Amino acid sequence: MKNFLLVFRYDSNALPKGSPEELQAMTKKWMDWIGGIAAQDKLTDRGNRLEFVGKIVRPNNVITDGPFTEVKELVGGYSIVKATSLEEATKLVSGCPILSVGGSVEVRPVNEL
Amino acid sequence: MEKFIFLFRGSDVYQPGQSPEALQALKEKMIHWLSDLTKNGVHVASEPFQPTGKQVSGTKTTVTDGPFGEAKEIVGGCTIVQAKDINEAVEIAKGCPILATNANVEVRPLQKM
Amino acid sequence: MKEQELIPHLFRTEYKKIVAVLCKLFGIGQIEIAEDIAGETFVAASQIWSLKGLPENPTAWLYTVAKNKTKDYFKHHDVFTKTILPHLKNENATPEIDIDLSNENINDSQLSMIFAVCHPTISTESQIGLALNILCGFGAEEIAAAFLTTKDVIYKRLQRAKEKLKTEMIKIEPPTPAEIDERLDPVLMTLYLLFNEGYYSTSQDTSIRAEFCIEAMQLNKLLIENDISNTPTANALFSLMCFQASRLAARTNEKGEAILYDDQDMSLWDQLLIEKGKYYLNQALRGNRLSKYQLEATIAFWHTNKEDTPEKWENILQLYNQLLLIEYSPIIALNRTYALAKANGKREAIIEAEKIELTENPLYHSLLGNLYTNVDNLKAIDHYKIALKLTASSSARNAITKNITKLTGTKSND
Repeated sequence: MKNFLLVFRYDSNALPKGSPEELQAMTKKWMDWIGGIAAQDKLTDRGNRLEFVGKIVRPNNVITDGPFTEVKELVGGYSIVKATSLEEATKLVSGCPILSVGGSVEVRPVNEL
Repeated sequence: MEKFIFLFRGSDVYQPGQSPEALQALKEKMIHWLSDLTKNGVHVASEPFQPTGKQVSGTKTTVTDGPFGEAKEIVGGCTIVQAKDINEAVEIAKGCPILATNANVEVRPLQKM
Repeated sequence: MKEQELIPHLFRTEYKKIVAVLCKLFGIGQIEIAEDIAGETFVAASQIWSLKGLPENPTAWLYTVAKNKTKDYFKHHDVFTKTILPHLKNENATPEIDIDLSNENINDSQLSMIFAVCHPTISTESQIGLALNILCGFGAEEIAAAFLTTKDVIYKRLQRAKEKLKTEMIKIEPPTPAEIDERLDPVLMTLYLLFNEGYYSTSQDTSIRAEFCIEAMQLNKLLIENDISNTPTANALFSLMCFQASRLAARTNEKGEAILYDDQDMSLWDQLLIEKGKYYLNQALRGNRLSKYQLEATIAFWHTNKEDTPEKWENILQLYNQLLLIEYSPIIALNRTYALAKANGKREAIIEAEKIELTENPLYHSLLGNLYTNVDNLKAIDHYKIALKLTASSSARNAITKNITKLTGTKSND
C-alpha cells in the first residue's frame, strides 16, 4: 500500500452559494464519500480545506496577495488515501462531491521522505 | 499558532531535458531546508510528489493523465508549517530553494476543523 | 448462616479498598504483602465470625484487624525501616503509624491504584488481568474461567505484570493535571476492554461476565467522582457503558441464548440506566475534544429507541463516518455500512459493502446476506452460507440458519 495525495480543485466563481439545506446536503455527500474510503481502510489522512485567502511567493522576494476568487482552478483542499496502485487510488475518487460542481481531483503518488 | 500549506508550483529543474545533477542538487537543498524547518519547530508535514499522476474532472468523471496544469503551475509537492500568521508563513516560504529556479510557492491557510 | 453471605459480599467491596490503601502505603515493591495482609484479614473474619457471630460493625472490624496485622508485620520485619520508611514522606514515622482507612484515603488510594495498574508499560492484556485481580478482587481461577484459559496461565501473567510494575518502579499516586489526558487514555482503554469482555462474552459463565461490566462501571465512576480525572472523555465512556448495560437483562433468554437487538423486549431495558447515560453524555459533550468514546456513546444513545426513523439512522451514519475518520476497525466499517443501508438505501449500501471486501469475516457475509435479502435472494443465501462456515459462535449460527430458512423455505443442509 502506498500513499496518494488528492488535490481538490474548483472554479471559485462557479461555486454555488447554497442555502443552508444545500450546504448540509453537500456536507453529507462529502462525509459519506470520505467515510466510504475510510470504511475500506484506505484513508491515511482526511486532510484539510484551504481558506480562500493566501499569498504567492515568487523568486526575488516578489509577493502576490490573494484572495484567489478569480482563479479558475483554485486548490480547495487535500486528502491522503492509500492504495496499491495509481489506478486503484483514482477509482476511490469516483463519487467525490466536488466533481458534481464541476471541480476536479488530482491524484499524485507521494514519495516517502 | 496556525497551520499553513505551501504548494510548490513549477520549477524548470523538473522539466524534461534538465540535468539529473541539477535535480539532485535541488532535492538535497529542499531536504536541508525542510530539516531546518523541523529544527525550528515549524514543520508539520511534507509530501513530495512523484512526477506522475491522474486527474479526475467534471460530472462525467473524465480521467486524464496528470500531472495537472501548465509547466509553471504543476504542483511538485507540499509542506505544512505552523506560524503565527500568514506573514510569518510567507517569511518562512521565502527560504524555499525552488525560488532560485522559475518556481513559486503558494501559501494558503488551512481551515480550522 | 448470615455471615456466609456477608463475607463474600464484603470481600467484593472491601478487599480491594484495603489492598489499595496498603499498596499506596507500602509502595509497588511490596504489593504482595498488601495482598497477603488483606487476604489474611478475611480469613480471620471467616474463622472468628463463624465462632463468635457477626460483629456490630463488620466493616470497621475488618479495617481494625487489617491495621493491626499491618502493624504486626512492621514490628516483625525489617521491611519497615529498610524499604517503607524511605518511601514515606514523614521521616519521623514509626511502625506505630496509623493506617488511614478513612473514606478519603480509600478513595485516593483506589484512584492512584487505577493509574498504577493501567500503566502503558505493561501490555493491555496484562492490564485487564491486573485490574480484575487487584482493583476488583477477582482470583486467578475466576479470571481464568472467564477468559477460557487455565489458572496457571493467568497466575503467571499476573506475576509477570507485577514484576514489570516493580522494575519500572511505578509510583502509586494520582497523575498531575498536566499529564491527566495522556495517563487517562490507557486507563479508559482498559476499562472499555474490560466492559466489552463482560458485554460481548463468549464464555458460558454469564454471571461472572455481568460482574465485569459492573466492575468496569464502578471503576469508571471512581474516575468521574474525582475532579482530576472527571474529564469529558471519562464521562463519555461511562455514558456508553450505561447505555449498553441498560440492555443486559434483555440480551439473553432463560436458556442463555443471545437475543439480538431487534428482537429484544424493550420493557426489560433499564430506563434508569438510560437516563444516567443521557446525563453523562451531556457532561461528555461539554469539552471540545471529540474522542471515539463521545461518538460511540452518542450512537448508543440513538439505539435507546428501537423505532426506525430517518433522523436516527442519518445521525448514526454520520457518527460512524466520524468514527472511521478517527480510527478504523472492521466492525465499525460493517456497522457503518448497515447504517448507510438504513439511511441511504440498500442499493447504495450494497455497492459500498462490496468495496469493503472483508471476505474472511463472517460478519461481512452476514451483512451482505441481510442487504441482498429481497434484492437478490440467491446472493443473500450464498453469503449467509459462507457466514455459517466462517462463524464459531453458536448464537450467530442460530440467527444465520433462521435467515437461510426464511429465504429458502427449507432447512439448510450445511
